[in-house]
Amino acid sequence: MSQPASLTWLASHELRLGWRDWVSLITAGGRTRARNATIALIVFAAFMHIFAYWTVASYANANLASDTAALVGITGTLVLSWSLLLSQALESVTRVFYSRSDLDLILASPVCARKVLAVRMGRIAAAVVAIAALLAAPFINVLAMLGGSRWLAAYGVVAAMGAVATAAALALTIALFRVVGAKRTRLIAQVVAAVIGAAFVIGLQITAIFSAGTISRFAALQSDWMLAHAPDTTSALWWPARAMLGDYIALAGVLTFGIGVLCASIALFSRRFGEHAVAAAGVSSATVRQRRWSLGFRRRSPSRVLRHKEWTLLQRDPWLISQTLMQILYLLPPALLLWVSFGDRGDLFVVLIPVVVMAAGQLAGGLAWLSISGEDAPDLVATAPITAHRVLWTKVEAVIGMVALLFAPIVVVLALDAVFAGIVSGLGILSAAAAATVIQLCFRVQARRSQFRRRQTSSRLATFAEAFSSIAWAATTALAAAETWAALGTAAIAFGILAGVWLISPMRR
Amino acid sequence: MNLQNHPIALALRGVSKRFDRPAVDTLDLTVYSGEVYALVGPNGAGKTTTLRMVVGLLRPDAGSICIEGIDALSDPVAAKQMTAWLSDEPMIYDKLTPYEYLEFVAGLWRIEPGAAEIRARELIGWLGLQPHAHERCEGFSKGMRQKVALAGALVHDPKLIILDEPLTGLDAGTAKQVKNVLRERVRAGGTVIMTTHILEVAERMADRIGVIAGGRLIAEGTLDDLRRLTGETATSLEDTFLTLVAEQAAAA
Repeated sequence: MSQPASLTWLASHELRLGWRDWVSLITAGGRTRARNATIALIVFAAFMHIFAYWTVASYANANLASDTAALVGITGTLVLSWSLLLSQALESVTRVFYSRSDLDLILASPVCARKVLAVRMGRIAAAVVAIAALLAAPFINVLAMLGGSRWLAAYGVVAAMGAVATAAALALTIALFRVVGAKRTRLIAQVVAAVIGAAFVIGLQITAIFSAGTISRFAALQSDWMLAHAPDTTSALWWPARAMLGDYIALAGVLTFGIGVLCASIALFSRRFGEHAVAAAGVSSATVRQRRWSLGFRRRSPSRVLRHKEWTLLQRDPWLISQTLMQILYLLPPALLLWVSFGDRGDLFVVLIPVVVMAAGQLAGGLAWLSISGEDAPDLVATAPITAHRVLWTKVEAVIGMVALLFAPIVVVLALDAVFAGIVSGLGILSAAAAATVIQLCFRVQARRSQFRRRQTSSRLATFAEAFSSIAWAATTALAAAETWAALGTAAIAFGILAGVWLISPMRR
Repeated sequence: MNLQNHPIALALRGVSKRFDRPAVDTLDLTVYSGEVYALVGPNGAGKTTTLRMVVGLLRPDAGSICIEGIDALSDPVAAKQMTAWLSDEPMIYDKLTPYEYLEFVAGLWRIEPGAAEIRARELIGWLGLQPHAHERCEGFSKGMRQKVALAGALVHDPKLIILDEPLTGLDAGTAKQVKNVLRERVRAGGTVIMTTHILEVAERMADRIGVIAGGRLIAEGTLDDLRRLTGETATSLEDTFLTLVAEQAAAA
């Protein structure tokens, strides 16, 4: 048994908390749910292995180490994945400084703050690696089964990537603390995390749009220009890719680099961890003044007052701003493709419209949860002289209004080129947003806005229904824009999802 | 004060509510306009459930609730128009300022903006919130949040103010401010109903006290009335309360 307050003792404490957190995320506390979640995970894993077999089986025995195009492709994919890991790590590292759950207790104890940071960074790196490994596992396993155990080296690359991502996230957070101060770091870090997560994908897509006229992110990586300017296959730049392909020397180098960078960043930054954590704690009581005294109270109906309140709260929510920004960023490539091909490639709408409709559905789902379930003063609204029906309807209006406002410019551009496609996409966006809102209505639970990040935990059914509904509406809109009767079939599926949601809705009981 | 001549502000007749067990059991309760009525009782006695039914946050299984002559079950919107509710852990919007919060509440109750703004400024002044009127509530202490919520409860000039443990967790200064504001409301013709665990508050503030146990009203009246009920004359409300609850438990 380890000595209390030692590094291993703190690590086992973190491990226990992390495990329980993960179990509650999967099972939501129920034994039946645990069994169902396990079955769902097994089915999902099996499906992913089949999918992996279908996509990567042909590469299992290929000699890719001397192929520059393959090295460029693998390295590009690794950088793409790493940017997502960095985004996740940045968010987790920020939470270490700002989440007050047990930090007050630990920092008030005589435990060395450096040890606390070291353990927490280790936990973040482990979590980042675990998620990445889980997602990569089907592909690695299939390649290893068909091409030999050398492919298992890819797990080592994933571990190194997670370590480097955590180190970079820590360095970035500390840099933000020093440059912009504790008050602004959280918001900026959240926005940066969202932007980094999307930036590389978007960058590749934009490059591909301009160079090849396609939205495929791999088109730019496989372009003649890229291959002509790529370094020789013996370059150290390809070490991660070579390690992926089973080069054990490259793997040792990549792993040493990853773990070394993480240890160095912890050693470098942990000295001032306590100082930054205390500065972050002071932020919660920092005041934000709003300028509006002179305008006076405005005459509005209760519905308008409620709508205005919803919009004000949405605008002042940094987490939501970063999420919305990410949604909008993901819309940039389709919008750009639309602009580049404006007027001469009408068939492209069929590719673009589903992306836009999907994004609208997902955004509406998040907004609807915040507005409907995340009501911070439920008693106040429930005791106001306004019917519950009117309150709900007003909140729905607020959500749909916000989605309509964000997506209107894209619809207008579409309509300018092809009126029918514009109208259909507008209707599709509204339908996807309305369907996501209805799903949130059916599964509404009383919660605090601050619980937004864990909204999926409260009802995985709602999460899946929301995703499938958005997909169904995206397909319906794309097919309708292509003027095919098949749209009726996918529309029926979309309505079927809503009917299913209504049937199993806790609201009916 | 002879309250029998005052109009009835709140009348509960045969109100029952059952969860796993009966929480409120055929409760009859009458509160008159212009009085401060304190509902006291042990934990789980049904105090909060009773008040949540009055303000429309719970629907009774049986019985009727009348607020200022309006049937609160058949016309809840009209009843809510003249009622304010303040819970022991008031929820306010962290991202709004007190001023914005009061504007929001006034809008929900359809109060004329000019009058609402004057009232909001008065309340902000009375409760000492002036320096923080334009700061977001996210950094406020519990006492300040309680004051903002109380201002919200009063900004629409309710006839009936219902408070669940209004002074719990407040420091002496803030508690005094809250009591003063409530007394001011009663002087202006309002009615205050509150639950409290602090018997000294009930003793000092309430015109009448209702003792509730097991979802039933077991005693009601002024402090002297209650003392007479227990057959003692020199005890505190605490002793009277404990005697009444013990008698009820023995009878059950």
